[in-house]
Amino acid sequence: MEPIKSFSGRVVALPVDNVDTDQIIPARFLKITGKTGLGESLFCDWRADAAGKPKPDFPLNRPEAAGATILLAGDNFGCGSSREHAPWALLGFGFRAVISTSFADIFRNNSLKNGLLPVVVDSAAHAELFAMVARNPSVELRVDLASQALELPAGRVLSFPIDSFSKQCLLAGVDQLGYLLRRQSEIAAYESTHPPRVQA
Amino acid sequence: MTAPRPRTLFEKIWDHHVVAREPGCPEVLYIDLHLVHEVTSPQAFQGLRERGLKVRRPGQTLATLDHSIPTTDPTLPILDPIAARQVAQLETNCREFGVRLYGRDSDRQGIVHVIGPELGLTQPGMTIVCGDSHTSTHGALGALASGIGTTEVEHVLATQCLLQSKPKTFEVRVDGSLRPGVTAKDIILALLARIGTAGGTGHVFEYTGGAIRALSIEGRMTVCNMSIEGGARAGLVAPDDTTFQYLAGRTFAPQGAAWEEALAAWRRLPTDDGAAYDRSIAIDAGQLEPMITYGTNPGMGLPISGRIPDPEKLPDAAHRAAVAKALAYMGLEPGRAVAGLRLDVVFIGSCTNSRLSDLRLAAGVLKGRKVDPNVRVLVVPGSQLVKKQAEAEGLPEIFRAAGCEWREPGCSMCIAMNGDELKPGQYCVSTSNRNFEGRQGKGGRTFLASPLTAAASALKGVVTDVRTILQ
Repeated sequence: MEPIKSFSGRVVALPVDNVDTDQIIPARFLKITGKTGLGESLFCDWRADAAGKPKPDFPLNRPEAAGATILLAGDNFGCGSSREHAPWALLGFGFRAVISTSFADIFRNNSLKNGLLPVVVDSAAHAELFAMVARNPSVELRVDLASQALELPAGRVLSFPIDSFSKQCLLAGVDQLGYLLRRQSEIAAYESTHPPRVQA
Repeated sequence: MTAPRPRTLFEKIWDHHVVAREPGCPEVLYIDLHLVHEVTSPQAFQGLRERGLKVRRPGQTLATLDHSIPTTDPTLPILDPIAARQVAQLETNCREFGVRLYGRDSDRQGIVHVIGPELGLTQPGMTIVCGDSHTSTHGALGALASGIGTTEVEHVLATQCLLQSKPKTFEVRVDGSLRPGVTAKDIILALLARIGTAGGTGHVFEYTGGAIRALSIEGRMTVCNMSIEGGARAGLVAPDDTTFQYLAGRTFAPQGAAWEEALAAWRRLPTDDGAAYDRSIAIDAGQLEPMITYGTNPGMGLPISGRIPDPEKLPDAAHRAAVAKALAYMGLEPGRAVAGLRLDVVFIGSCTNSRLSDLRLAAGVLKGRKVDPNVRVLVVPGSQLVKKQAEAEGLPEIFRAAGCEWREPGCSMCIAMNGDELKPGQYCVSTSNRNFEGRQGKGGRTFLASPLTAAASALKGVVTDVRTILQ
């Protein structure tokens, strides 16, 4: 995983609440055994009509979406299925951060483990961001993980929360498995006093 | 000496499983049972291979095939080459890493959340994970069970542990008695209609109260199963005599002296008097009607005597937009009665409602009757064991005589990965757990309901209040 420090990028606004992971990547794309190649299927049933033709007005199909790295989404983004294919598809499309007022727990966990940054802002800032992108679709935001700052044009800065453990892992570009593997003696000690509950 | 602080069921299980705790870090939580299926595990096994790691506890890991396999004759090859490759990959991974697999040729194969409890693998006080959000099902037996992503599947395979920050607790108290025609499914759909799909985010539900106590373990599984649809990390029911009677004698349940020892520990699990929950909600079971969803998330539900809401009349702008979008997808007019809506398909199955008691409920309505000739009705048992028990009771004959298809176990039309799917525009009453756009097939439209409502609707070819048939 590449370390995340800071980056700037254009924004795709998707003003829909409760976006579930079935919309982010429909189940028929989950038969793969790898993690790559899902970007082109991101939101595919919203991006194309029944005949498979791209809908020009869908935010991801607009010209300014090309090269965008930040998705601005409605409340409770990523609810439903635990499929990690959802962050894989978002990353595959080129997104590096998603901004919302809230994220579903499993989606947030999955995103943090893949270097996709969930950026939580309050409702007022959320509305301000949607209005700003509507006024200027090519506006660029800057995300700085170290200072937990979302930088808007004209020097306006919003701060966002992230747990310190995930932050350190993302800044260093390290997988959280390394931390668990370093706890093997404690795990063995636990196992020595807690025999297996079942033997499948 | 001071008395120990009263704790909730959740806190007792959590505390018992903390392996390590450091300031500024999530807790290292031990996992007693890891369930694995074909769709969310291949990348995790590949990760182990790339790092040269083994499965730490193969005996505490169990795999099955459920999501992408056909529900037709299991001796025939899988025609979808990509699904076939994924299935073959799980077989290879289980062989290579020494994990037991209940594959298509096993008489223990089935939906992962059906087989865990029925084999007695799911036990009170355990921690259980699976790369599947409906892992919350296992909470019906008083196990702390959560869905995880594929990276976490790799973590658990490698270390039998998970890094977790401690969620908050949320008591869902359901008192009173259910009226005829109202079931466990209606309790959970009513909860979701009240709290929405994010109402439980960051929390673990504990279902309490007389109406929950009165449910069978299978009914409790239906309730716990859909905890994730309210955004909760897990759903729990404290173990009681119903739980112990369910478990006694099951394949992997403790036997003899070990049973007595386990029983003593399980009796200490229920929430202590005086323990506090972070949040709570109360539902009166006696006021509930059969519930059905009209929209595109499980929180968009209403009593079956209700009318489709008019977005224009909703006070909140975001809610208005969401309902308008849902009705456009569903092709439904505001204000019309939900009963009487035309159907193309009825699906009875899924980890929510594919157990023997669910099939008995549906068969009770269908027995000696015929389903509407314009409706395709699929009945998909949750596991080979459920199928065998249903066969012993003559249920397949009832379903077939009524005009239903009786199929092989699997997730089937709940997730529509295996060829069992709706065609664009079709309407389906489904006993599954998600009515998201396209969930049961691209362009398909889902009404979530109980097995009773599904069976009644199959007979009439339209959304039907089962109470009009039971009379």
